Amino acid sequence: MSDAPKAGRGHIAIRDLTVRYTQHGSSIDAVSNVSLDVQPGEFVSIIGPSGCGKSTLLNIVAGFLKPSDGKVLLDGAPIKGPGADRGVVFQQYSLFPWMSVRKNVEFGLKMQGVSANARTSAARTLLGLAGLLAFENHYPDQLSGGMKQRVGIVRALATSPQVMLMDEPFGALDSQTRVVMQEILTNMWQQLRLSVMFITHDIEEAVFLSDRVYVMTARPGRIKAEIPIPLPRPRTPDMTSSPTFLALVRQLKSLIREESLAAMGGELGARGLEGFDRSLAGEGMQAVL
Amino acid sequence: MQASNLRVVDEDREATGLFVAAPAGREHPQPTGLARTEDVLRAAPRPPSAALPPPPSPPYFRLLAWARQHLPGYVLAACSLIGLVLAWHLATKYKLDFYIRFTNIPTPGEVMDKVAQVSQSKRFGTHVVLSLRRIFLGFALAGVLGIGLGLLIGRYKLMRSLFFPALEALRPIPAIAWVPISIMLWPDNEVSIVFITFIGAFFPILLNTVSGVQAVDGVLLRAGRCLGAKESALMWHVILPGAAPQIFTGLAVGMGVAWVSLIAAEMISGQFGIGYYTWEAYSLITYSEIVLGMITIGLLGLLCSGLIRLVGKAAMPWLAFSTQGGER
Repeated sequence: MSDAPKAGRGHIAIRDLTVRYTQHGSSIDAVSNVSLDVQPGEFVSIIGPSGCGKSTLLNIVAGFLKPSDGKVLLDGAPIKGPGADRGVVFQQYSLFPWMSVRKNVEFGLKMQGVSANARTSAARTLLGLAGLLAFENHYPDQLSGGMKQRVGIVRALATSPQVMLMDEPFGALDSQTRVVMQEILTNMWQQLRLSVMFITHDIEEAVFLSDRVYVMTARPGRIKAEIPIPLPRPRTPDMTSSPTFLALVRQLKSLIREESLAAMGGELGARGLEGFDRSLAGEGMQAVL
Repeated sequence: MQASNLRVVDEDREATGLFVAAPAGREHPQPTGLARTEDVLRAAPRPPSAALPPPPSPPYFRLLAWARQHLPGYVLAACSLIGLVLAWHLATKYKLDFYIRFTNIPTPGEVMDKVAQVSQSKRFGTHVVLSLRRIFLGFALAGVLGIGLGLLIGRYKLMRSLFFPALEALRPIPAIAWVPISIMLWPDNEVSIVFITFIGAFFPILLNTVSGVQAVDGVLLRAGRCLGAKESALMWHVILPGAAPQIFTGLAVGMGVAWVSLIAAEMISGQFGIGYYTWEAYSLITYSEIVLGMITIGLLGLLCSGLIRLVGKAAMPWLAFSTQGGER
């Protein structure tokens, strides 16, 4: 089993990226001086406390935002705007509610001018491979959250993108469904070997799925650490109890905790992490009042 | 709505075809940790028919269930209508006069006689057909212009800055207030009535389209763009269907206002049409015709808004499954 990424396209290179925006006249850096790479065929996660600019990073690569400083390259060429060469899966359900599952999957091909017959058969093939063919004529509102995200992934794959950008795709799912979706995704990746840039705040998820994990600091987001994940491929759920996995999770947790505390510093205030400065031990609130 | 929600498919745990490869090392027993897809599958086997509707029950049983669910509603509706006609009948029969005077108001029976009488001649039908034609022309024009401009104004700041101030200046003027100017503006009485109808329907359609466009979820626009949709494709395939529910709300409201405007215009300047018929009946002191005109106007309005609801339902089949805003 060779774990080396296949030589090919799908290399994301971010160099000295800063994203700045103005709010009430003052300028704020969302992301500051970030450099990172996603090699062809590599699964890279970016984690950090909320508001650290990790989604900003993805929006830059997707082409929704422009860098204020620095360069963002896909296979050496600067990113000019959104395009079907980068498949994006969003945290919010983003299937078009007025299209059936199949029409949703066909959409990217339709935009490329593929004929109706060809795109229907392509969409049916893809849905079949993902085990979703039985639902081709369902509307998105008839599907559960996990199903919607699976269709979302298939839709993003339909245009044969070189990279997948995933912005907390399982963030809205309950934890049981999320675990199953992670397994489906890692198996899918094993078959497809696409470059993936995966945004999450779930540490176990990042470790389970990734080849490498970047940890970001609290705002302004910088790269705090780059952690390689030496777990073997293909990944299986039983690895989540292996010592390597647990050690990685512990390491990442302490890195993130520092940043979360930094990010929340102001709001924690005088009480700090104590929560409540008096033990009531069953006396009830009356004792204080 | 409830029933369809109950059948929402939850197949996250079904076998996932090719994308679930059998990873190595599956044989080893696992103490704890994440559940494997297979485990979940074994624990909760799903009959393949889980997503299908329940087996059909005997017809009489279904009829009974239908009756139990809907009959009380229908009975109450019938009571309500019968009550109205009864009150009308009693008030007019005994010529009630207590500040409100029912002395000259025709009884339901007299109006029914009039129905029988007008159905013999073509004159009444001509009035109805002419009114319907004016509604159709005015409303169609308002629909095309209102939706078209609404899409542009809702989507582009420039269009908004360019058109909106002028439209906002005209908007507070009720369609009826346009009648004198309209008679002077247009060469032909027919055109000026269609114009009044158009003015009435235009603003509700425009405003609802604008707000519908602005309410389209941004993530759908981003999804469209990263799937390669250019601006025109985005407009046609994402923004228009995304705004469709609210556009249809605008069409329904616009249809109501169109009728109000039409009747007023016909009463003032018409020579034909159901509004003119009703007003003429007042001038000629044929009181039962007034009521017949009123009822006809009500029925035609009902028919037109029902038609829009029907078209909306056919054009937006996905709303039947929508958990939010499905009732429009």
